[in-house]
Parts: sequence; structure tokens; C-alpha cells
Amino acid sequence: MTEEERAAQEAARSSLPVGRAPALEMRGITKRFPGTLANDHVDLSIQPGEIHGLLGENGAGKTTLMNILYGLIAPDEGEVLIDGKAVTIHDPADAIARGIGMVHQHFMLVPVLTVAENVILGAEVMRGPVLLDLGEASRRIRALAEQVGFQIDPGVRVEQLSVGQQQRVEILKALYRGARILVLDEPTAVLTPQETEEIFQVLRRLRGEGASIVFISHKLDEVLRIADRITVIRRGAVVGERRPADTSEQELADLMVGREVSLRVDRGTSHPGEVSLQVTGLRVQDDRGHEVVRGLDLTVRSGEIVGVAGVAGNGQEELVEAIVGLRKPSAGRVTLAGRDITGRSPRQVREARVGYVPADRQRYGLVLSFPLDDNFCLTEYYRPPFASGIVRNEAAIRRHAEKLIAEFDVRTPGPGVRAQTLSGGNQQKVVVAREFGDDALIVLDQPTRGLDVGSTEFIHRRAIEQRDAGTAVLLVSADLDEILELSDRIVVIHRGRVVGEFDGREAERDRIGLLMARGEAA
Amino acid sequence: MDVLLIPRLLIELVGYVLTVAPDILPIVLALATPLALGALCGVLNERSGVVNIGIEGIMLASAFTGYLTGFALHSTVGALPSLVLGVAVAVLTGAVLGLFHAWLCVSVRADQIIAGTILNIGAFGLTAYFNKLIITQSGLGGAGVLPGLRIAPEIAGLPLVGPIVTMFFQQGPIAMSVLFLVIVLQVLLFRSRWGLRTRAVGEHPKAADTVGIDVYRLRYLNVIAGCALAGLAGAYLTLESTGSFQNGMTGGRGFIALAAMIFGRWTPVGALGGALLFGTFTALGVIVSVRPAGGELGALLQGIPTFWYAALPYLVTIVILAGAVGRAIPPAADGIPYEKEARA
Repeated sequence: MTEEERAAQEAARSSLPVGRAPALEMRGITKRFPGTLANDHVDLSIQPGEIHGLLGENGAGKTTLMNILYGLIAPDEGEVLIDGKAVTIHDPADAIARGIGMVHQHFMLVPVLTVAENVILGAEVMRGPVLLDLGEASRRIRALAEQVGFQIDPGVRVEQLSVGQQQRVEILKALYRGARILVLDEPTAVLTPQETEEIFQVLRRLRGEGASIVFISHKLDEVLRIADRITVIRRGAVVGERRPADTSEQELADLMVGREVSLRVDRGTSHPGEVSLQVTGLRVQDDRGHEVVRGLDLTVRSGEIVGVAGVAGNGQEELVEAIVGLRKPSAGRVTLAGRDITGRSPRQVREARVGYVPADRQRYGLVLSFPLDDNFCLTEYYRPPFASGIVRNEAAIRRHAEKLIAEFDVRTPGPGVRAQTLSGGNQQKVVVAREFGDDALIVLDQPTRGLDVGSTEFIHRRAIEQRDAGTAVLLVSADLDEILELSDRIVVIHRGRVVGEFDGREAERDRIGLLMARGEAA
Repeated sequence: MDVLLIPRLLIELVGYVLTVAPDILPIVLALATPLALGALCGVLNERSGVVNIGIEGIMLASAFTGYLTGFALHSTVGALPSLVLGVAVAVLTGAVLGLFHAWLCVSVRADQIIAGTILNIGAFGLTAYFNKLIITQSGLGGAGVLPGLRIAPEIAGLPLVGPIVTMFFQQGPIAMSVLFLVIVLQVLLFRSRWGLRTRAVGEHPKAADTVGIDVYRLRYLNVIAGCALAGLAGAYLTLESTGSFQNGMTGGRGFIALAAMIFGRWTPVGALGGALLFGTFTALGVIVSVRPAGGELGALLQGIPTFWYAALPYLVTIVILAGAVGRAIPPAADGIPYEKEARA
């Protein structure tokens, strides 16, 4: 932290309202992990009845800070104060007892248990010393839900709920335990705009009742909308504190990244050419044998980016797998520039010049235990120049890796380093570097999920360059903002069918959101 | 071909089943007992997220230690007390082996299949060794078997109810305890605090951890308790059923118990159903040779080589495990060691 930043932080702190003790205060929190300083003297204070935005890139130390608060990690230095009193939090049970509730980014719900069972887990309502009182539990949960303004059936299994509903169950879980300080980690990452608005209403209501809320996010517009104050952290240290009225998305982004960033990649104009990918009447089953793509039609022309918007689990994954050859469709046709590639093997599809950036880069995009140079030639290792017959051509493999590392700005000590040692952003650059190039079609599945602003910007820019070079780009993303930003054309997928199509430059967020959720216009 | 053959055979089959039912039911119950106890062991282990393929070995080791206790003590303390002590030692053996399995699977985070294999191979070798060293060389016998309950003749004489009650109570105490254990565990698993937490830990241990549940402790507890039941199954084999110990006498029951558990979809009542089903198929092979059917049915059954009857329960196991009962979905975290926050 520079002197200037420290001074800014001091100034921000002294401008806090005085009088009541903060509901939560973290002072000088420092946590070192081997090789990194995850938290560097972080100060954070939250008032009763305040929604406090915590902004930072991946790896900035937000999660470490919150895990310290929740007793999952012990800090090396610093102290935590609740209502002005210093406390030591050893484990989650301690945190719960002190009124701290956490809504994790990846929900901590057991899918096969009911809402009631999930809510009471660990704090059960008992009838006698052994047996549960599920009836009483349901009654309390209903009452609690009504109090914060929504309805829920405590008897239904969590796996049958939508993502938005599951999140409410998480909030109920915290409130049921008497949480007055609620931490939400990236709560809107997977929600539709309507669900986001609903969750905001719940949070505002809780604030009205005196709860203190920490809202962790990297979505700048949402933090600006919901938070009363915003703390930005970068590389483990607080780099600024702002009030929404006194700042802008641009300023927050610059603070977060530490340099000037362009928030919106200028997508320019597209010049769509011939039809490249044509999907007709496609039907695909998921692993359990349920038909999840149900007669889907889709066209992508060369030189355009088509975004597929939809709530996760509406067949996007299976659609992508069917196109790239990982899953056999049960009916329908997939053609590429007029050539039938339906049901071809992944290698045949790739040899038809299709690039694919899979959603789970660590499992399907890379072999984590392989060095980078092997990862770079993973799709072409078997043919020249990387192989002659059954013999690898090490020199060519190495040269290829070095070229891509330079071209895509992959931060690594060298091409011999194993892929698992790279950060998420750099791993994705490796995948993108391998898949982008002289392609007829590129399929991007969640290309920037979990990436920081800098890497996201880089990958978006590359995708647009690829389009301008005449490639057809199919973009599937759970992040509606990403779809809106990049797509020349947007199709909305609902229950395995395309239910709407929009011009990417004129699309209205809310209309798409409604279509995503309901499958029909309101 | 005679079009009436099939209906006639069916009628004969119904008649045959009715006549042999009083004979076959006690055999089914006896055969199902160790399977059901083994399957309950599997349910407790896997519901909390630990795979245990060592049930076979635990049964065998417990059968041996239980028998050894009776063998060593019956001349000094008397037959019945030595048998009761034998059961206690067998259960304790199961619990101790469970502790070992839990330590390997939960604390060491060893491969759970390997951990179970260690139990199976270790138990087979060690029991055979000590059997030869201590029991066979002495040439002496064991403490006999646990007696069944005596039923008052007034009750036994009642029409219809009498034979059923008698049949049930003539089983020894371990066989009778099975039904009780199944019902209690079924209720506890789905209606108690322990059950809810166990299911949560087996499905999503991190979710349980974040609400303050000690995942490791609960897994230890379930593995130990489950393996104690496998120990009881071992005690049944030597101290209630046969009264003697033979090398490898479990004969794959520990594995069939796992099949019964899967058949029962990881529920106690379902596991009992699975055990009864396998018991029935085994009993079938016994009964058709002991009480041959007459008529055309008899001719048909006699025509089937006897090894098919012996193989029947195993064939049923294969069919069931191949998914004939529909896709059984195990607890989501079954077999996956839990690691607390990696960087803590």
C-alpha cells in the first residue's frame, strides 16, 4: 500500500458516522499464506442497518477476509470487534453464535434434503431428546420467510428449487440462526435480473430491520445500486472506500484493477457473411436420459457473435456438447458451412476447424498436471508439425508454446511449467490461445466465469478480433451482462428451445431476463 | 405344446409355495439375518460418506473372536454366559475394526476401497492362522449356540398366529433383534437429529461443516457403530447359527450385504427387504432338494442342475447390481474424503 492510499483510507475512516459502535469491525487483519500476503492490515467497519459493498478482483483477498470472519481461517494479526467488543472466532459455530451469517457463493445446501431440513441443520428443532420436530420447524420457517417478504414451501426438496429460491433458503438459514450480520459472497452471479431485484428487496428490508449486510461482488453496477458504502480491496489491502453517490463504475474499476481499464469492450460493427453453423431440430438427452434440448434451431453466420442467454440448466451444456461432438444428439442436424457434422467425433469436428472453450477449464480445457507446451498442442499433437509419425517433435511443440505465450500474454515462468500452477485467468488464456486461430466456428462456454476484470477484458477483445477475422462465434454464458456486451445477436434458450431472438445492440435486459425465467414474454 | 402347461405349472407352484412356506420362512429369516446386519453396517457407513467394502472381513474377524471367547470361557463360566460374552467381544471387535477403517478413511484419507480390502485380506489370513494355532490344534469344541425363546404352549397352539409367533421366537436373540434394529434405525435416520446430520454429512459435508457440524466426528461415529453391527452379524454366524468356526465361513455375505444395501437404496427397511430377497433365493435352492415338489412342477425343477440353485443368490446379486431395480443413487459424497478448508 502506498502512503497516498493509506492517507485516503484514514480519511475515509474518519468520515464514518460517530456515536454507536459499528456492528462489525475488523482491524488490521493480516493473513499470510506461503508465498502470498492474502490480507494486508485490512480495516473494515459496518454499521447497524448498513449494506456494505466489498469489491475486489478474484484473488484480491475478499474471500480470505470473510473466511476469517466466519472462523474458517485464523488471522495472523488483527482483531475482530462485534458491537465494539473484541471477539475471537474459532470456527463457524462460534461465528453463528455471535450473529454472523454467511451466504456462500457456492450454496451450502444439501440438494436431497427439504428446505426445512436444510434450514434447521445444525440448529435443529427437537421434540424430545432424539427426534426432530419438523412440523414446528416448518411453521417457524414460514413465519420467518413472510417476515422478510417472500414465500417458501418448507417441505419441498431443495433440488427442485430454482437458483434464486435456493439463495433465499440460504438467507433463511442465516436468519433462522439469528444472524444480524449477513455476508453474501457474489450473491447475484447466477441470478436473472428479476431474481437479482427480488434479492435486493429482501436485503433492503433486512437493512430496514437493523441488520448489517456485507455484499461481496465484482459487479460494479450492482454494488453501486445496493450498497450504502463501498470498500475496494486489491492484492490483500484496502485501496479505497467510497459512497455510491461520490463515485462511478469507472473509478471503482480502476481502483480494483490498479490501472485504467476499459469496462466495455467496443464491439464495433459486425459484417455477417455466409451461414457457418446451422443447427436444425436438435434433440439431446442429458446423462440421466431426460431430453433437455428439445427441437432447437440456431444459425450462426461467419463474422458474427451469437449469444445464448438462459438460466443455467436449460440445455445449454448439452447443446454445446452436441455441437462439438462430445454428446450424440438423438435427433436433428448440425452442419458447418453446409457440411453435416452431426454425431461426428470431437476430433472430426475439430478437424472441420471448430474451436471450443469449455465451461470447466480445469477439467475439460486443460490437463492440469501437464506442462503448458503439451497443453498448447493438446488438440493437434498427433499431426505435423507436432509429430512425425509416432514421434513427437519437441522443438516445434516448444516453439508453438513460446509463440502463444507471447501472443496471449500468459504470465508464466516458461512453457515447461505445469498448468495447475497458473492463476485462473492465465489458465483460461492458455485455453483461448490454443482454441483461437484459423477457425470456422468457435464455441465459447462461460469463457470468463470466475475471471478478474483484466482477463475478462482481454478475452472479450480477442473474441471480437476473431469475429472480425470472419469466424462464427457462439457464446454461451450464464452472465447476462457478458452476453449483452459481446453479442451481435442474442437468442434466449428456455427448456431446450429457442424462445426469443434479439438484436445484440438493441436488446433490452429486462425483456431477456423475463424470457429466460418464463420462456414467454410477459 | 400343451397350452395349459403354463397355467397348470403356476397353480402347482402356488400350492407348492404354500406347503413349504412353514419350512422355508425360518430358513429365510436365518439366512437374511447376517445379510441384514451387514447391510445396516453399509447404510450407516455410506450415509455418512464412507464406503466400506470390508464388511466381509469385519464379519469374519468378529465371528472368530466371538467364537474364541466362548471356546475359551465356557468351561469356566458356563455355556450361556460365555456365549453372551462372546457376542459382546464380537461386537467390540467390529467396533475396533470400524475405528481402524474410520481412521484410514477419515483421518488418513486413504483410498477407501483399499482400506476395505485390507480388512478383508487381513481378517481372512489372521483368523485362519489363529484358528489353526488355537482351536483346531486343541481338538476341543465351542460353547454351542444361543438358544431361542421358548413359547408357552397356549400361544404356540393358537391357530394361524401360533406357528408364526413360534417361528419368529424360535430364532435366536440376534435374529430377533434385526427387526428391532431396522425399525429403530429407519426412524432415527429420517426423523432424528443424528439422522439428519448423518445424511447431510454424506451428501454435502462442507454444508454441514459451515453450520458447525463436526464432519469427522460424525463419520467416525457412524463407521464405528455400523461396524459394530457387522460384528453382531459375525457373532450370529458362529454363536447363534452354527456353533463352530470355519475358515472363510462368511462366504461372501459381506458383499451380498452391500448388494442388499444398494437394493434397499441406502435405507434400513430397504436393506432388510434386500436381505430377505437374497435369503429367499438361497433358501429356495435348499428347499427344492429337501422338499421336492411333485407333479409336472417337480419334474421341471428336478431337471435343473443343482448348481443353478446354489448360484441363484449370486446371480440375483449381479442382476440387481447391474441396475435391474432402476438406477440407485448413492449419497453424493459417498467415498470422498472430506478436507477442511485447504488453506486454514
